[in-house]
Amino acid sequence: MEFIKPGINFDFMKKRNIAFYFSLILILISIISLVLKGGPNYGIDFAGGTLVQVKFNRNVSPSELKRDFKKINFGDTLIQRFGKEDDNEYLIRVEKSSFELASLSEMIDQSLQETFGKDNYEIRRVEMVGPKVGSDLRRKGILAIFYAMGGILIYITLRFELKFATGAILALIHDVVITVGAFSITNREFTLPIVAAILTIIGYSLNDTIVVYDRIRENLRKVRGKNYETIINSSINQTLSRTILTSATTLLVVLALFIFGGGVIHNFAFALLVGVIIGTYSSIFVASPVLIVWESSLRKKGIKR
Amino acid sequence: MPNNLKLKIILILSIIAVTSFFLAPSLFENLPSFWKNSLPHDKIHLGLDLRGGMHLLLEVEGEKAVENTLERKENDLKKIMRKNKVKLIDIRRIDSRRINVVLAGNEEIEKLEVILDEKFPHLKNLPPQEEGRIVKVALEISEKEASRIKKYAFKQALETIRNRVDQFGVSEPDISPQGENRIIIQLPGIKDPSRAMKLIGQTALLEFKLIDEDGNIEQALQGNIPSRDEILYQKKTNPETGRTTKIPFLVKKKTLLTGDLLKSARVKIGGQFAESYVAIDFDSQGAKIFDMVTGENVGKRLAIVLDGNIYSAPVIRERISGGSAQITGTFSEEEAHDLAIVLRAGSLPAPVKILENRTVGPSLGKDSINQGIVSVIIGGALVLAFILLYYKGVGLIANLALTLNILLIMGVLAALKAVLTLPGIAGIVLTIGMAIDANVLIFERIREETRLGKTPRSAIEGGYAKSFYTILDANITTLIAAIVLFQFGTGPIKGFAVTLSIGIVASLFTALVVTRIIFDYILFKRNVKSLSI
Repeated sequence: MEFIKPGINFDFMKKRNIAFYFSLILILISIISLVLKGGPNYGIDFAGGTLVQVKFNRNVSPSELKRDFKKINFGDTLIQRFGKEDDNEYLIRVEKSSFELASLSEMIDQSLQETFGKDNYEIRRVEMVGPKVGSDLRRKGILAIFYAMGGILIYITLRFELKFATGAILALIHDVVITVGAFSITNREFTLPIVAAILTIIGYSLNDTIVVYDRIRENLRKVRGKNYETIINSSINQTLSRTILTSATTLLVVLALFIFGGGVIHNFAFALLVGVIIGTYSSIFVASPVLIVWESSLRKKGIKR
Repeated sequence: MPNNLKLKIILILSIIAVTSFFLAPSLFENLPSFWKNSLPHDKIHLGLDLRGGMHLLLEVEGEKAVENTLERKENDLKKIMRKNKVKLIDIRRIDSRRINVVLAGNEEIEKLEVILDEKFPHLKNLPPQEEGRIVKVALEISEKEASRIKKYAFKQALETIRNRVDQFGVSEPDISPQGENRIIIQLPGIKDPSRAMKLIGQTALLEFKLIDEDGNIEQALQGNIPSRDEILYQKKTNPETGRTTKIPFLVKKKTLLTGDLLKSARVKIGGQFAESYVAIDFDSQGAKIFDMVTGENVGKRLAIVLDGNIYSAPVIRERISGGSAQITGTFSEEEAHDLAIVLRAGSLPAPVKILENRTVGPSLGKDSINQGIVSVIIGGALVLAFILLYYKGVGLIANLALTLNILLIMGVLAALKAVLTLPGIAGIVLTIGMAIDANVLIFERIREETRLGKTPRSAIEGGYAKSFYTILDANITTLIAAIVLFQFGTGPIKGFAVTLSIGIVASLFTALVVTRIIFDYILFKRNVKSLSI
């Protein structure tokens, strides 16, 4: 079977202006959403707070739960369904509170006990993160993403050239911003596993970029004198079959995670889903055009290669 | 068969065999006894998010330990100054680092300095301030000494908490220091998280203090507290209504005896209503002091204070010489049991604060395992089917490599005693999708070479040779990301980084080495005219 027939030659680079505006719009939407919402919607990992996951053995509506907590006034309480509706499972998140964080989950437990009875629910998960740890994790998370990018920049510069590394890093920033933006737009919580997902996306997107770059480098050596743009374009076409195939298999497994993986890693899978699609797109439409722009700006300055 | 190829096949078969040995305990329940004795018998370790359990991050408030030390020094200094007839107007600790001393006249400074030199080498006196006839001197504890105290307090807190957890009885607890003042505690399969949290976080400072029998509690409650007294409360819970009442007591500040001098503490049941109480025994020094204190204060009440709360305040009926006492109170058997543990393990030198708590119940863990396995199976099956459909004959080879890949990841996890977490399972699923990439790269190259009219043998050779560096570069960069993630992550995230890293290395091996050997074997066995690709 073949999806992409050999000898095919889409003119990707001609479309690079359209792609440029498309990317720009996605990035702008992401940034605007982030600015309007005052940064990512941090989960308790980064914002601090208490999260309690509770499963009832009968039908309980969100408003019923809300009424229960209104009585005690814990502060900012967020109640969210977890999983399917007939699971009767909820996440209760308390952000700011005048109470001691450590004992908050116990108070929630007590309040549930009074309203619903001890045997009618089960507390399945409790997470408490102090504000100090939250800001610590936030700092570490950002550092991790920077370190990963830095390490990659160095590696690609060593193996290729600086212009390739620049293109790869720009593509990565592109991917990260849009993934974070997708989280902001869909109001998903930004938690610790999402940082892991982003680092994975960085790895994956790069994987894609390198395959294309490798082919560009190979073709540059083979065919001298040909137009730079043509070489890049045919390199993308030559690797297109592989790009689509690998994206397809990765998407298959990520979809399996997204659908069957359960609530705990649902958002994690979502991040990967967005990242794989954007990462594939960016290695063709961001990382490669950067090379052309770099090259043509050199030519304009009159530097001979 | 060429020796070279034979050797490679043997190598791969032995790798599969070793992996299977490591994996067998995780897959099969009943292994024969000879296996348990001589072969690897560890199952894959599951993270807390899969098996259920509690993860705590504590901070030892070392500054409080410095403060306590300084307070003791203040008391000692006061005593010595009185004894040496230094004209002292006032002495007061102002923060965790400094004590202010007010002296009646300049000439007293010299006397103070002599005492400091002799007895308090770690207290430095700052330049005095004269105000008329009195002189103020600030004494400061040196930064070096403060940090020594903090370090010591941390070490001791870690030790104490280890003791408490050990005595509480949790299987495979993990307690490790993190940084200068934090402790990570992992308690798998814990049944009663709040009880464990109480046990670990309690300072458990046991003090014996006299009730001020002459003082007036009513007046004290209105703010008129005698300078040597303080108000402490006894909490009483009515077992029927569950209501808690607080009874105030006017207690002398001076601590007569602390829990440091305990030899043992045990739960006992007795009394009129068969209540639980804790029987304590002092060591020889403690017994001596206890004997003296009880002898001097017959007829008075002795408050037993734990972390600032009065447990009981019995009347001293007679001198108690054996060094034994009882702590009674309205507590359940469980509470008495935990109290005995904390008393035996000793008090924390400084209070601890719970910075982070992540507790997963066993049922959620089980759900996560099931969902994880379902995703692995479905994701894996989809990829296998897709590759078979797309590449036909050679697809089978890739699928063989992929299956071996999963086997290898699990085997290495078991062998390294690494922890499998839910994100870790996600990492395996992801590896399945990404590992195939290497084979896709190779196969696409082989197709290209075939199109150029090359024979199967040289097409395969060219395919592997030309895609080798691409595959290496692409995977090393992902490995860089995974290693950074490992450095940064905690618990579940670390598990993800581990499976991702193992997955990358394993897939490099299976895609580049294993499939190549299979190709070579087929080429050797049969005279292949055209490739099914």
